[in-house]
Amino acid sequence: MPAPRFGLGLRKPHYADFLASPQPVDFIEVISENFMIPGGRPREILRHMRETYPVALHGVSMSVGSADGLRGDYLARLRALVEEIDPFIISDHLCWTRHGAHNSHDLLPLPYTDEALDVVCANVARAQDALGRKMLIENPSSYIAFADSDMSEWDFLTRLTERTGCGLLLDVNNIHVSATNHGFSSAAYLAGVPFDHVEQIHLAGHTRSDDLLIDTHDQPVPDPVWALLRVALARAPGAAVMIERDDAIPPLPDLLAELTIARAIASEVACPCA
Amino acid sequence: MRLTDLQRDFLGWLASGDDEAAARLPLADPRGLRVYQNNYRGALMACLAESFPQTLLWLGEAAFEGAAARHIDRVPPSSWTLDDYARDFPESLCEDYPYDQEVGELARIELALSQTFIAADARPLQLDQMAHVDWDRAILQTIPALVILPLQTNAADIWIALAEDLPPPATQWAKAQSPLLVWRLDALCRLRSIDADEAAMLACMADGVPFADLCATAIAQWGEEEGLTRTGQGLSRWVGDGLITVLEQ
Repeated sequence: MPAPRFGLGLRKPHYADFLASPQPVDFIEVISENFMIPGGRPREILRHMRETYPVALHGVSMSVGSADGLRGDYLARLRALVEEIDPFIISDHLCWTRHGAHNSHDLLPLPYTDEALDVVCANVARAQDALGRKMLIENPSSYIAFADSDMSEWDFLTRLTERTGCGLLLDVNNIHVSATNHGFSSAAYLAGVPFDHVEQIHLAGHTRSDDLLIDTHDQPVPDPVWALLRVALARAPGAAVMIERDDAIPPLPDLLAELTIARAIASEVACPCA
Repeated sequence: MRLTDLQRDFLGWLASGDDEAAARLPLADPRGLRVYQNNYRGALMACLAESFPQTLLWLGEAAFEGAAARHIDRVPPSSWTLDDYARDFPESLCEDYPYDQEVGELARIELALSQTFIAADARPLQLDQMAHVDWDRAILQTIPALVILPLQTNAADIWIALAEDLPPPATQWAKAQSPLLVWRLDALCRLRSIDADEAAMLACMADGVPFADLCATAIAQWGEEEGLTRTGQGLSRWVGDGLITVLEQ
């Protein structure tokens, strides 16, 4: 069976559409934490969806960058969900969300240092052992940079994949947002990405606020992000592609139309003469 | 700066918003710090507003946001899931509104509804299965998606009116606590007022109790005829409402 290629992030406003009839997507992606619950309607809906669609589990709270390690109770809950849903992808972000007992519920940036790399590698290795599965790690969007960073984000990700065997979830909107905010080149970033490890690509929109781009996921995918998708798909032609929309969520046909654009770009990249 | 120190200081700054704490962070480019501060407080504020919609309506937006802001200052989030941040807000409201007890009780009702909505699934006993149960050996247990709230006010009536977009009644205080039963049946959360006797019988089934012991307790309290009648009537209603499971010895 071919790998699922084009999917959408499943969000509550579209549950009824997906429950009413099959939708033209190859897979759905859900936020893992929304379903790491004991029971009830959300988990029932996910079980039902899994009968029709391959599922990618995308986490926001593993906190692979936490200096004090991962939480065992979190890993146990995620493992239980993985065993029930059998996702084809499990992912989380290159970030930290928690230290000690204090959780930020935001994807906080890391300094790109050898110490942070050791921390992230140890945490990703522990997670992969606990889950019995390979994880994909997503490049974050960020709004600050640390003075003691001594390598680029793409070098950090490259070394992470080499040391842990994890894959990458490349969010091309995040690349555009961070490149704009920090003044580096998206092209340089993509040139440094180890594309052999890229198994999934995220698309999303953002918002401008004064002199920064904010990763709001509340807008259609903009042209600069489509352009980055074209470059990324040329280097990772088999990657699963999906659109994230978390706010100002439009009717499902609007997102399906965006997914059609992604399919067209993939076709053009695969066969540029067509 | 060691990573663990950086993360401790960063979270300390997020919680406090203190400029001096921000200045100590080892940043090459601090322009975007405000984004993280906005994200942090915005996510917590949104969690509370979405978790307590009728409490928000009852208090009004400004008062609710004030109470939520004080709660965010007092209680940093500790769980892996943002949904858990709602857990301690009713207690904060009780402290903020000690003379308006219905405020905290409204929030407790909404928290109970959220908790029962995602509580563990169970297979409640069905009416057509009752004839097949060996009642001499049966152990009864309430479903996980069940909460009993001891209320001192008519907060349940206020909540129902607000949820149905009707004018809410004025607050009334009861002389004795009036228990409210909140549970999930067929993926929908429900609530109904119960008396103290029914609340006590349901509470004693939380960890599982032999049906024979339940009958014996009722007989000791009300005598044989009334005790058995009450247990039978209660059992019939609890099964109809999908409140209990049966574990046979």
